[in-house]
Amino acid sequence: MFTESLMLSAVLFAIGVAGVLLRRNAIVMFMCIELMLNAVNLFLVAVSKYAGIEGQIFVMFVMTVAAAEAAVGLAIIISIYRHYESVDVRNFRLLRW
Amino acid sequence: MVGLPVLDSMLALVQEATTHEQVYVPFFPSWMILLPFIGFVVNGAVGYLAPERRRLVSVVGPGVLGLSFLVAAVNLVLLMGVHDAEPVIRSYWTWMEVGQLRIEAALQLDQLSVIMALVVSCVSFIIHIYSVGYMGEDPGYARYFSFLNLFVFFMLVLVLAANFALMFVGWEGVGLCSYLLIGFWFTEPAKADAGQKAFIVNRIGDFGFLVAMFALFAYLGTLDFQAVFAIAPRAFEYGGAAITLITLFLFLGCTGKSAQIPLYVWLPDAMHGPTPVSALIHAATMVTAGVYLVARTGVLFALAPLSMSVVAVVGAVTALFAATIAVQQFDIKRVIAYSTISQIGYMFLAVGVGAYTAGIFHLATHAFFKALLFLASGAVIHAMHHALEHVGEEAGEDVTQDMRNMGGLVSYLPTSFRTAWIGALALAGIFPLAGFFSKDEIIWSAGARGQSVLWVVALLTALLTAGYITRWLVMVFHGASRIGEGARRHLHAAPTVMLAALVLLAVGSVASGWVNVPEALPLLPEFTWLHHFLHPSFAAAEHVLVEHVGEPAQLAPLGGGEGTWAVLSTTAALLVVIFTFMALRKKKYAPAREAAEPAGFWRPLYRKWYVDELYELVIVRPFKALCRFSWRVIDQGLIDGALVDGVAYTTRFGGWVVSRFQTGYVGTYVLIIVLGVLIILGALAL
Amino acid sequence: MDLSQIVFYLFAGVAVASSLLMVTRKNPVYAALYLVVALFSVAGLFVLLDAHFVAALQVLIYAGAILVLFLFVIMLLNLGHTLEPDIRGRFWWPFAAGLGLVLLAELVAVTRGTPERPGEDLLTPLLQTKGAVATVAEPLFQSYVVALEVTGVLLLVAMVGAVVIAKRKA
Repeated sequence: MFTESLMLSAVLFAIGVAGVLLRRNAIVMFMCIELMLNAVNLFLVAVSKYAGIEGQIFVMFVMTVAAAEAAVGLAIIISIYRHYESVDVRNFRLLRW
Repeated sequence: MVGLPVLDSMLALVQEATTHEQVYVPFFPSWMILLPFIGFVVNGAVGYLAPERRRLVSVVGPGVLGLSFLVAAVNLVLLMGVHDAEPVIRSYWTWMEVGQLRIEAALQLDQLSVIMALVVSCVSFIIHIYSVGYMGEDPGYARYFSFLNLFVFFMLVLVLAANFALMFVGWEGVGLCSYLLIGFWFTEPAKADAGQKAFIVNRIGDFGFLVAMFALFAYLGTLDFQAVFAIAPRAFEYGGAAITLITLFLFLGCTGKSAQIPLYVWLPDAMHGPTPVSALIHAATMVTAGVYLVARTGVLFALAPLSMSVVAVVGAVTALFAATIAVQQFDIKRVIAYSTISQIGYMFLAVGVGAYTAGIFHLATHAFFKALLFLASGAVIHAMHHALEHVGEEAGEDVTQDMRNMGGLVSYLPTSFRTAWIGALALAGIFPLAGFFSKDEIIWSAGARGQSVLWVVALLTALLTAGYITRWLVMVFHGASRIGEGARRHLHAAPTVMLAALVLLAVGSVASGWVNVPEALPLLPEFTWLHHFLHPSFAAAEHVLVEHVGEPAQLAPLGGGEGTWAVLSTTAALLVVIFTFMALRKKKYAPAREAAEPAGFWRPLYRKWYVDELYELVIVRPFKALCRFSWRVIDQGLIDGALVDGVAYTTRFGGWVVSRFQTGYVGTYVLIIVLGVLIILGALAL
Repeated sequence: MDLSQIVFYLFAGVAVASSLLMVTRKNPVYAALYLVVALFSVAGLFVLLDAHFVAALQVLIYAGAILVLFLFVIMLLNLGHTLEPDIRGRFWWPFAAGLGLVLLAELVAVTRGTPERPGEDLLTPLLQTKGAVATVAEPLFQSYVVALEVTGVLLLVAMVGAVVIAKRKA
């Protein structure tokens, strides 16, 4: 079950990455990122069984940061939407030279 | 005046020292050096803050040197009172201490350094007095005196230093002051250029001095004179390569500083400086520093017979060479400048054959009569300048200093005329003036030590000397006046201070020879005071020489003793003087403006044997080409273009390329991040 | 193959399937709902991996709080009705899938480096003696108390920041 968990976490992470590449909707990209975070959490939990409780502690911190990130990120998305009337990432490209 | 209590204490000290007569206790030696420095500081401050306070400068400038001269004189008297006194080292502080190297700021007081200090301070004192008159109307009066004081300070450091490093400080310092004073009127490009020429040529020589110093330290581990001279005879093999190279490098330094072949070219150009500067720096003191150095390091040179020969040959050749050039010069100062080169050649001939006393003797007498000749020229130039300026004619250097524009000045400048004659006869070596004794001793020493060729060269040069200096006198003072009718009426004698200086130097030119009258001269009492006095300073070197070369002979190469040849040479010189005088007195010279260039045999002499042209062709042009190459190709092309601009362009181009990746699309960034992760993970996985 | 393994594969299958569906559904509301399913499956896996407390947090925070936040935003912006697809063109499908597969291969290759069973089971005895909560709570409030407090400040700052950013009129 240990090895399988690691493999599963890799699969979920890869799916998350593919999703970020595939989607243009900022909110869905965000959800893919959450999926990637969860994949990492799974990895940490699996490892903590043999490496000690610190793995689970770390997962809690990741969750907290993910929550904070979701709050700020979604606030930014709302702000963007107000400006562009869209959450399509093609529409905003001011962050460049 | 300040002098009286000081004088009393001096006399008391002299009496005390002479009554005990055991050891030599120096009398405030540091003040010899400090006084000119104080003068430099005061005059420099006046020059900056209140240039109009000329009276203060006129008192301080010569005054400090008068006191310095007094201190030197007291020290000489004290030293005379002690028979064969040991050198006294006065150490003030440790200048630097690094590993094995320990250099003290220390003065060495012995017979040689005190005599030199006396000559330097005496001549500088007189020339400072002269300068009060000569430079009286110059706007840079205070600056001039501060430089001149600084020069004397450095010269005394050079002379009194107790180790090579401190001597080098003085050596460089006098070079600096020489540069500053040659280019004193720096607004004229020719004069500023002359200063730079002197400095750069001197640098070549200084390089030699430095290398010699480093080598000495590498071999002996010390730079103190006393230690070096004590160890050297045991540490170096007689005639070995090491000591030969060291002394040759030292001599390279001497040829730069003392204007010998091949580095003499700066001295004639140095005549662009004020005339008292030419007299002090470029005749009496600085240029003789090389002779002093060879005499000071006599032990080292005595260990290297090849170097001794080089010194003697270079000296003799320079003497003859410069004398031939002097024959056809028309600039009143240039004739004397080449004469100076020639006379210093004599001194090197003397120290090169091991006659150290003769070299120093000639150095001292030459300081007086050559300074006298320069100052007399200065008086003439002064008069010419003022007269021409008064009638509104062009009064540039090339007009006022050209002897073809002079003639017949005898009736206008009587004092200058008389003293100039004394100086000229002293230079020509006519009995009983100073030059006779010193020059005769050099010629005799060369002959007695078996250098027959050099002996002949020296004799020939003596005759040439008599010839060119008589020509100089005749062209300046005798014959028909070639000065315009209007200007002639405005010729007037120099200020009294200048004339006083001339008279003082004339007295010195007469008297200074009598301190060392050889026993061989008929009808004269033997009085070889200088020889005996300096003996302790040269004993070690002479010991080495006697051990390896043997005693000097008592016969000249053609037979005959010292007395015979002295009488012969002075008679011949006198004949040359009379003959030249008679031949040139009636000769008509065209004024410089209309004069044609001398033709035939005289032309190469007039053109100074084309040496400047040769240097231009062989050294200056290739060097300039190299500099141009470095500038255009290496600096502008390679460094500026390829490196500096190249870096900038590459960075800009790279930035432009990379900035294309910054599209502003989140998708692109994600893609790039993912690719980066893939690469890193790939590297980890493999 | 015992029961827990069967359950593991079941949850794993659901997690992968719902993740894939999440990535590929056009409607963001569906995507969010599939993500909830995936997160629930992962929570189940956490239980199987003896991380009971983390599983509970996963359900509470992710499935409960964060996903509700997502759905709120989607509804707030009225995105559920936009039928314009937000999925990139045909060219991107194989590209994204290919990159995902390469990444997967690399991750598997890297995890292969870890030993099959890296040592003895450290967690089971702890759980038996202290229980699920104390096992996590003790180190969290003892060794990592500073980090915990800092995280609390971080959450506060994030909350204030979110309010400020979302409230500001453009």
